[in-house]
Amino acid sequence: MNAPAPRAVLYLDGVTVSFDGFRALNSLSLVIEPGEMRAIIGPNGAGKTTMMDVVTGRTRPTSGRVLFEDTVDLTRLDEVAIASLGIGRKFQTPTVFQSHTVADNLELALKAPRGAIATLFHKLAGEERDRIDEILATVRLSDRRDNLAGGLSHGQKQWLEIGMLLAQEPKLMLVDEPAAGMTDSETEQTADLLREIAKTRSVVVVEHDMTFVRNLGVRVTVLHEGSVLAEGSLDHVSADPRVIEVYLGR
Amino acid sequence: MISGRLVRGLEGRVYIALAALAVVAVLLPVLNLALPEDSAFHVSSYAVTLAGKYLCYALLALSVDLVWGYCGILSLGHGAFFALGGYAMGMYLMRQIGARGVYGNPDLPDFMVFLNWKELPWYWYGFDQLWFACLMVVMVPGMLAFVFGWFAFRSRVTGVYLSIITQALTFALLLSFFRNDFGFGGNNGLTDFKDILGFNIQTDETRSGLFVASAMAMALGLIVASFVVRSKLGKVLVALRDAESRTRFLGYRVERYKLFVWTLSACMAGVAGGLYVPQVGIINPGEFAPANSIEVVIWVAVGGRGLLVGSVVGAILVNFAKTWFTGALPEFWLFALGGLFIAVTLFMPRGVLGLVPSLRGKIRPLRLPGIGKGTSSTVESPAKAGE
Repeated sequence: MNAPAPRAVLYLDGVTVSFDGFRALNSLSLVIEPGEMRAIIGPNGAGKTTMMDVVTGRTRPTSGRVLFEDTVDLTRLDEVAIASLGIGRKFQTPTVFQSHTVADNLELALKAPRGAIATLFHKLAGEERDRIDEILATVRLSDRRDNLAGGLSHGQKQWLEIGMLLAQEPKLMLVDEPAAGMTDSETEQTADLLREIAKTRSVVVVEHDMTFVRNLGVRVTVLHEGSVLAEGSLDHVSADPRVIEVYLGR
Repeated sequence: MISGRLVRGLEGRVYIALAALAVVAVLLPVLNLALPEDSAFHVSSYAVTLAGKYLCYALLALSVDLVWGYCGILSLGHGAFFALGGYAMGMYLMRQIGARGVYGNPDLPDFMVFLNWKELPWYWYGFDQLWFACLMVVMVPGMLAFVFGWFAFRSRVTGVYLSIITQALTFALLLSFFRNDFGFGGNNGLTDFKDILGFNIQTDETRSGLFVASAMAMALGLIVASFVVRSKLGKVLVALRDAESRTRFLGYRVERYKLFVWTLSACMAGVAGGLYVPQVGIINPGEFAPANSIEVVIWVAVGGRGLLVGSVVGAILVNFAKTWFTGALPEFWLFALGGLFIAVTLFMPRGVLGLVPSLRGKIRPLRLPGIGKGTSSTVESPAKAGE
């Protein structure tokens, strides 16, 4: 409790990932501050998803450091250990547990002991149930509580997955294209939701949809060919001639 | 407290199955032992033993359903765990023969005398005690499954590759047990059993006793399996079956969950084998045949996977058909079995038991009922989602 607040929640330092000579990430450096929400944009193949893979332990970088809260080197840990540290991830295509109800999906995601014996004898306490109801209200799925997740619409699955992230109570949330395949009103609601969530934690959003990024109203990082091309407000980066050339101009 | 939760954790289908088991476990022995043989209601000892055999198969099927239906691990080698349990019990029964064997050696089973062995190999020690044999019936399959699973799941071997190595496992054991110097009777296996706990294994009373023991093991298996799949751990199993990497990103050590249920399932299969052997009177390497393990998967598919009771129903139905076919039309049985598997896969993907709710107009999806609610509401809500 008395430990000083970390200066950076996430600090990528010269991270390179090569696949057979192709550099998906090329000496990428990036700092996410505590409580910050950051949007990451860039053309296809810019390395956005690879960056998330590196942070969550799915891909090991060829070189470079990835520090969580200044001290923990994420490149040495696997997916489960990283998730347990408090880093949650939402995938590009919504992945929820289709044959579980919406409420069960959230129960599985809730912060709780993750050991096999603990879950075998686990009993859903009133406190956890309240928390589930609270999250259901936040992600606007209260009336689908007992429906199977497989029966939800695409947009609702995206929200459920965001809800599952919330249930994990992560310190850092990585959200990959939350607005993909959503209608305009859904996109707007998703932006509201993310802004709400970002009040209590750090969030990194990867997105293609410029209207959505504008709705978020946060600092933007433009990736290009595996490294940072520009950083700043959306208006600032949109005015950058290099950004216009590689991305916006097309 | 735990036992209270065990009971509350059961669902409707399991209650029905347990009640049916209790009725059969009382009725069959009574009709066999108390009624004279010329009575119209008399049940022959052959039928009692046959029913006991079916229950052992049903328990084996249940163990396969636990890993396949709920965890997505398609084991094509569960017959190995069944046979190992059977061998452990067979070793006890061999030691009980004592000096009554052909060669009259009080310590060595006949096949060892025949091979000119002078003393009992160390791994036969302790098998003169039933409690030790029963422990090994559970432990040997359990340990093998644990070691096998530890390596396989840690290396993230999944899907068809895992199925193939389970098949290889049972085949390797088949070849090993065929060898005379392996010390388990080689080709002939273990047979000519005389008695169990001092009771003659051939009498009607002993047969009824073994049948009741099988029914109790079946009931216990259902209760344990039902408790496991309805716990939060059971939900994690279904989650990792449907989206393994998502489950990992939620912070669950997926391989430990798989290892737990895989080992538990192997122990159950071992118990089934241990009860099977005294009833059929023989265990030989043929029980390790890869085809046996594949047949178990067909039983589960026919009954309906991921329903627990479905596997029990499937095992009994298919074996009933097998008994009839091999009597009436022996040469067509394998064609019938193959045809059945194809028909079930194409037309009844949820098996025989999957048909029952849909006949009532309620399609019950492959899932575990919700938390902390009565069974009635859990039937309603998935039905709505299915629309």
